[in-house]
Amino acid sequence: MTAPTYDLGKLHGGLRLQAQKKLSTAHPIRKPPLPEQLVLPITQHAGDPAQPVVGIGEQVLKGQLIAEAEGSLGAPVHASSSGKVVAIEPWPVSRRFGDNAPCIVIECDGKDQEIESAETPLAYDSLSAEVLLAKILQGGIVGLGGAVFPTAQKLMQAITCDLEFLILNGVECEPYISCDDLLMREHAAEVIGGAQILMRALQLDVTYIVVESDKPEAIRSLGEVLGEHDDARIILKQVPTIYPSGGEDQLVQLVTNREVPSGGLPTDVGCLVQNVGTAVAIHDWIVHNKPLLSRITTVTGDGVAQAMNVEARLGTTVADIVEFAGGYTEHANQLIIGGPMTGKSVTSDRVPVVKATNCILVLSETPAQGPELPCIRCGDCASVCPVQLLPQQLFWYACADDEAKMRSYGLIDCIECGCCDLVCPSHIPLTADFRTAKARIRELADEKGRAERARLRFESRNERLEKQQQSRDLELEKQKEAARTAGPDAIAEILKRKQEQDEDQ
Amino acid sequence: MEFVRREAPYLRPNADVASMMLQVLLALVPAALAHMWYFGPGFLFNLIVATIFCVGGEALVLQARNRNPETALADLSALVTAALLAFALPSLTPWWVTATGSLFAVVVAKHLYGGLGFNVFNPAMVGYIVVLIAFPMDMNLWVAPRMGDIDYIDLTVLQTVMYTLSGNLPEALSFDAISRATPLDAMQSGLRNLHTYAEVRTNPMMGDFGGRGWEWIGNFFAFGGFWLLIKKIIRWQIPAGVFAGLLIPAGLMYMIDPGSNASPGFHLFAGATILCAFFIATDPVSAATSPKGRLVYGCGIGLLIFAIRKWGSYADGVAFAVLLMNMATPAIDYITRPHIVGHARRGDG
Repeated sequence: MTAPTYDLGKLHGGLRLQAQKKLSTAHPIRKPPLPEQLVLPITQHAGDPAQPVVGIGEQVLKGQLIAEAEGSLGAPVHASSSGKVVAIEPWPVSRRFGDNAPCIVIECDGKDQEIESAETPLAYDSLSAEVLLAKILQGGIVGLGGAVFPTAQKLMQAITCDLEFLILNGVECEPYISCDDLLMREHAAEVIGGAQILMRALQLDVTYIVVESDKPEAIRSLGEVLGEHDDARIILKQVPTIYPSGGEDQLVQLVTNREVPSGGLPTDVGCLVQNVGTAVAIHDWIVHNKPLLSRITTVTGDGVAQAMNVEARLGTTVADIVEFAGGYTEHANQLIIGGPMTGKSVTSDRVPVVKATNCILVLSETPAQGPELPCIRCGDCASVCPVQLLPQQLFWYACADDEAKMRSYGLIDCIECGCCDLVCPSHIPLTADFRTAKARIRELADEKGRAERARLRFESRNERLEKQQQSRDLELEKQKEAARTAGPDAIAEILKRKQEQDEDQ
Repeated sequence: MEFVRREAPYLRPNADVASMMLQVLLALVPAALAHMWYFGPGFLFNLIVATIFCVGGEALVLQARNRNPETALADLSALVTAALLAFALPSLTPWWVTATGSLFAVVVAKHLYGGLGFNVFNPAMVGYIVVLIAFPMDMNLWVAPRMGDIDYIDLTVLQTVMYTLSGNLPEALSFDAISRATPLDAMQSGLRNLHTYAEVRTNPMMGDFGGRGWEWIGNFFAFGGFWLLIKKIIRWQIPAGVFAGLLIPAGLMYMIDPGSNASPGFHLFAGATILCAFFIATDPVSAATSPKGRLVYGCGIGLLIFAIRKWGSYADGVAFAVLLMNMATPAIDYITRPHIVGHARRGDG
């Protein structure tokens, strides 16, 4: 067994939160029964919507492509069971903006019949990097940590950079969520396999698998598999349990002591970060030819009867999952897709589990807190900010709608982790205010961009008109000159031609 | 099933302003008891008068500003202002002096600037300076501390109340009989009259380091201050800055010329140094807000206290030093912005 290493860089601030993970880690991952219908949004990733390739009434098989990737940032969608497409229509979903999105609704036939794959499983260690990348592109695999960035495009971008490390993110720092913990416990071999595939695809020699200290079982099972593999390129790292160590940029800083530049990517400092779940999905796709049809989801909180982790088929509704987990308790009041710090609160449990759904959190009513008071500039928010912003100053400038100051105080760098909210004695919803302010800055930038584009268009039009005028003047001048030098015969001829023209009309 | 919609994060903060203020008040209790032990019950009456006028004044202003007085008063910040003002005043102070200071603190310094969170200046110090300038005679009347060998005259509770209400002493007593120059006054005038530091120290008012009685109250302020540090109500930067800013120049001067300069120990334990470091300068609203900025802010206060004590016309410079640094706060905050993760460090180009 390989023991984890601990040498780490420094991360500013953060919070030690009550983990609440034991609620859902007592049982192994369970498989809910096949639901009657599956709801598959065509956009389950950060990027361009996929284009449906099936029609209403069409029979589909499990694993069949039902919407293909479109645009430069696309990911395909596959049917997660066999059945009939009954609708392609807007359906409530959990996502950042808007409540409804187009979904392909499949009525399951209960046979769960798989499509016959034309391709035979591949031995990845004999494949070239290009073939591997092309294959990953077709698997519909996206980042399963929550950002759901299409993995293939992320890898394509990464391969153009000067990479040093692959970092597999098994930190899972947000309270309540334990899907990656259970995944690492039960699928450690696939995690390591995924790491080896990624290293081959990216021609990398060092992988850090990073796990938070509150997951000893996960560390043990990863260590055991590593011990069997005897792969010195893969290093297991343990990090302290501090929220938000699992943020991509924060993890890079913690592991390598390098700061991801503002507005940049981890690849700018030689790192590629992938969630451990993504590594497993890559492994399953390359080695077993299984596209991304299900994911591990934690269903937890004091609003569900039996908290647990489930391997949920994509498209299963939250209502079905909660029913499998024993239903709601009488306290159920809020439904959050994601964790209690950054998740999205939804009003309906008809939303489906999608590639991003790492947690279904049902909470009781949170007790009312005192009224929002003015900021007293105590600075506790600044001391917990992992990006070392000064939320107390940003708040001030956000209230004043001072765009220049908000920019210079780094509003754009805010990762919306929510730490500042939790320490604010005045109970100011700072994160929500910053989200609004960021949207406002983007809006202002758009306006400015539009105005600038309009200005450029206007100027270039003026220039074009002026040039046309000049060339016309020049032409006229030339004609005059020609007429002057040609003499009376030529003039007579021109006049004659003009007369003929007039007669024609 | 339908659910309510909220904004992330869904966990609730566990801190609140009222409990912070309450802890500040609790941290002042030991020093308040010591104050009453050494200087009689006058402090209590000052506190009562200050509380009535701070809270009453705040309630009236809130009414005038169409705010709900209950929620604003519930933050307890007016009580902290009242307590700090009471500590700044001599134990025998007529009520109208305390009332003037309180109203100026809460109405002018706090609410005319927008209320809690918006005041540029420390309200208690504004109130104190107003009465220091308006009622200089009353501000000079410090009774001698209760120590075995000093001719301390113990005013009864009734006599203290009468003085607070009327400003008159009982017939048998005169101001000269009960009042003493404070150790800081004695030191400043002594040194300026070309006595040596050692000579001034022979005054029976002088204790081990600062003034007798005063230095013990200082210990209790420090006790409360450390408790606030442990509870993370205040951060270490401002107290450390104040001590460094005052004691480093004081120590250097004392090393160069121990005859005509007070020792750093005297500076630390005399006057309101410790009260200022832990309770006055740490008012978050009017102080600098970044960690580095707080260190600079504290140092500035310390340096100004030293300068005023050494060269100024007031014996103690705490209130002026705090207000002067309040003015510098926006500039300090601007200059000491921390490095944002992912941005080029300053100087990297």
